[in-house]
This record gives sequence, structure tokens and C-alpha cells, in this order.
Amino acid sequence: MNIEAKLGLDVFKIDKERHITIDVEVCNRVCTDKACLYVCPAHLYEIDDQGNNTVNFEGCLECGTCLISCDHRALEWHYPRGEYGVQYRMG
Amino acid sequence: MEKVDCIIVGGGLAGLSAAYGLASEGLEVMVVERGDYSGAKNVTGGRLYLSPIRDIYPELWESAPFERPVTRELVTLMGDGASTTLELASDCFATAPYQSYTVLRARLDQWLADQVMEKGGMVITKNRVDEILVEGSKVIGIRAGADDIGADVTIIAEGVLGLLSSKVGLREEPLARDHALGYKEILELPSSVIQDRWHLNEGEGAAHLFMGEVTKGMMGGGFLYTNKDSISLGIVVGMSAMRERKEKIESHTLLDAFKELPQIRPLVEGGTLVEYSAHAIPEGGIAKVPKLFGDGYLMVGDAAGLALNALLTVRGMDFAIASGFYAARAVADAKSRGDCSAAGLAQYEQSLRSSFVLKDLETAKDIPHIMENPRLFTHYPQAVSGLLEKLYTIGPHPSQKLSSTVIGGVRKDFMNARTLKELYAMRKI
Repeated sequence: MNIEAKLGLDVFKIDKERHITIDVEVCNRVCTDKACLYVCPAHLYEIDDQGNNTVNFEGCLECGTCLISCDHRALEWHYPRGEYGVQYRMG
Repeated sequence: MEKVDCIIVGGGLAGLSAAYGLASEGLEVMVVERGDYSGAKNVTGGRLYLSPIRDIYPELWESAPFERPVTRELVTLMGDGASTTLELASDCFATAPYQSYTVLRARLDQWLADQVMEKGGMVITKNRVDEILVEGSKVIGIRAGADDIGADVTIIAEGVLGLLSSKVGLREEPLARDHALGYKEILELPSSVIQDRWHLNEGEGAAHLFMGEVTKGMMGGGFLYTNKDSISLGIVVGMSAMRERKEKIESHTLLDAFKELPQIRPLVEGGTLVEYSAHAIPEGGIAKVPKLFGDGYLMVGDAAGLALNALLTVRGMDFAIASGFYAARAVADAKSRGDCSAAGLAQYEQSLRSSFVLKDLETAKDIPHIMENPRLFTHYPQAVSGLLEKLYTIGPHPSQKLSSTVIGGVRKDFMNARTLKELYAMRKI
């Protein structure tokens, strides 16, 4: 089962307001490693057609691994507002 | 500003344990949890070691929604092409009172939240704490949305990332080298199938850890825990290890590869995947435990880095519950003396120091450093399996004496300067 299908099994309450924002300028200019692309267990980070890093915050498992792994502080990351985001039924 | 005796930031096990203790003492306590219910944002591998905390709230555990007591312990050292499994079936683990249980957090935490409310504690869900309010050097309460709520003591149980407490300087921001990523699948399987596959009597459970090839040489390992009607299958991998590996691996693909291994495939066969989850794990050990108390606040559970990966035993929830318990005692005491300053709350750290929480972390203080050696996850699992493979092999040529094979294998893989040095360093664990 691919990762998108796995995430499809989880319960998400998606907020209109995004809880992860990439500082694209810092990301492009300073970061060579782009750890977020491979550390994220939900595989939410992607480079778009323009060569910019993007994040599909809707499928976020809220582990914070991308935030901890971003040496350049290019992520503005906070938990989703109360009652939004992933809601584990088993955990 | 509305005011209560104690506010608890986060309704996980540490926060709820503190709330239960305080509510039992008749204090006015408010837990603020951002999930739809307690446990909605929490993940464990996982198993809870009950032995260390059985006497903490002894009345509670009888009704706890545990999955299975762990009566069988397995560990597999995975080389490339050969693996060795050690299986321990011990009467003492198979006899009540059981030392540990597999658990699922959404069930366990909700149940504990119910117990808190029964004692008169408030558990406010669906509310994110946005800020810890500080006046001078004193924590005076929290901000959640448009509401400021004051408290004599704020117990910080916000979890591993510590976003709120680091923002106001009560701890450091989390660093990759002190954290691991844990993620897992829950696969439903009929109870009878679980018992057959893991050779268990009805109701009993197994815990199985995997080291080596499973993380492609990165610090970490695989795990499999049997629940009532499901198994939890996952991976823990060091955040720095992922960065340092030359050929980067997308973390989610490690778990898929793990499931496809010939040793694992028959174990998960027929399982229905029902949930995929992930969480960060504090692994910095005692060196990374922040200041545990100050004017008007205490830190508990993962927020305080209270977790311990000792390779064969992985703990955190017992520390969380114990730290919550001692926090409640310290707050109740401070309140009764009318002194919620750092001096008034200092008893908290003292009781953690004389309990298993900081004692066990202190005992294990060298483990994080030892685990940074990648050869623990490459050379050693391979060497053990390689040697056993030789012992079990009958080839076309005349065999060597058993002792020669062992001596030859040990000499080659263990008696060199590098390995001896490493094994010597391991005396500290």
C-alpha cells in the first residue's frame, strides 16, 4: 500500500489555516540537504515545477520530525488549532 | 483573569496522571488538550511497563484498558541475508502480576481522562494552548485562543517537542541528535491468529524487537507488539542517523521494506492495515533533561525528556505516569504551604531523584553515546548471524571442528582492536 493510501486510513480534520509554512526563500538559498523530503514519515514534502519546496500539510501526522531536522529554520511549524489535524483512533 | 489551582498543558499520560493525583486531593485542576479526546495525538510502540508504577495509584490499574500482558520477549539481530532470533519465554513474565502490557494510546489515555473527570478534574479537549504566560521569572498560567487562564502552578505536559516551553526559555528547542522518529502501522488480525503465530496462551502477548538490516544500518530498530485484535508494527530511527546516511532513504519506505522481509511477511500475512501513525521520541537521556521546576511550574513526561531507550527495553510511559504522580504531590504540598515558588516546588525534583525515574536515567547515562555507533546496527547483527550460519552449515567439504569454527568466527569478527574497544566501551551500559 502506498503512503497516500496509508494516510487515507487515518482520521484527519483539516483546517483551512495551514500549520506548516516553508520560507521558500531560505529553503532555496541556504538548504542543500532538504532533509524534510526524506525524513517525513508521511512523505508530505515535494519540490514543485518551479523548483520550490511545498508541503501538503493536510496529511501531517504532527510528529515534528521535519521541524527538528530543518537546520535552517525555514519552517514555521506549530500544532494545528484545537480539534484540527490528525485524530488517532488507536495510537 | 480566570484562575484555578493548577493548569496542565496537555492531556497525555503525564498530564492526566498529575491531574488524577491533584483531583484526588480535591484541588481544582484543569487539563487543556488539543486533540478531540485524550490520546488523539499520542502514539506508542508500544508497551507500558507497569511494574515500576504499580504502587502509584494502585486502585487504578485493575480497570485499565490494556491490550495484552507481555509474556514472550523476542529480539532479532538482522544481518544481510541471515538473522538470529532470541526468544525468551519466562514463567515470571507469564505469571500475574505481569510486569508489562501492550497498549494503544487512544484507548488508554481516554480511559485515564475519564478517571480524572470522575475525581472531579476538568479535562478540556479540542483546545490548543497557545502560550505559557510568564511574569518576570514566574509562570502564571496559559493563553488558549482568546482566553487567559491563571494558575498557582502550571504543569507542562506538552509532549516531546516542547514548543511552548522552549519559546519562553524553560527548555531548549529539540535537536535532531537527541530524538528519534517512531512510526508504525496497526494491522488487525483475529485474536486466535495472533495467539497461534506467537505461540501464546489466550490473552497473552509478545513483544518483538529487531536490530540491524531493518534500519539499513541507521541507529534504531523495528518493533512488533501484539494487541488484543491487532499488531503494532513499526520502526524507530534516529533523526541524526537519517541525515548522516550517505544514501538517503525516505523514512516511510523503510517500513514497507521491513514488512516485505521474509521473516516478517508470514507474521503480518492477512493483517488489515487500519492506522498509520508517527511521533517523535526523546532519546537524549539524562543529559538532556531540562530544569524540572521553577516559579509556578513543573515539567513532566516527554516534555521533560523522561524516556529511555535501553535497546532491549524501551520506556517512557511509566516515566510519564510517575512524573505526573510526583508533580501532583509536589503541587498539593506547595499549595498547602502556600508557597508555589521554585523553592516551594523543589520537592518534585527530589522525589524524581529518589525514585526510579531519574535513577534509571542516571544508570543509563552512557547508552545514548554508545548507540551513536552505527556498527551496533550493522557489524554486530551480521557477525552473530554469520557465525551461527557457519555452525549450522554442512557443505560439500569436510567440516571443521565446532570449536575451530567458533574460535575462527570470534577471532575474525570480535577479536580485533576496533571491536574490542567497542565492546569495552559497552561495559558502561
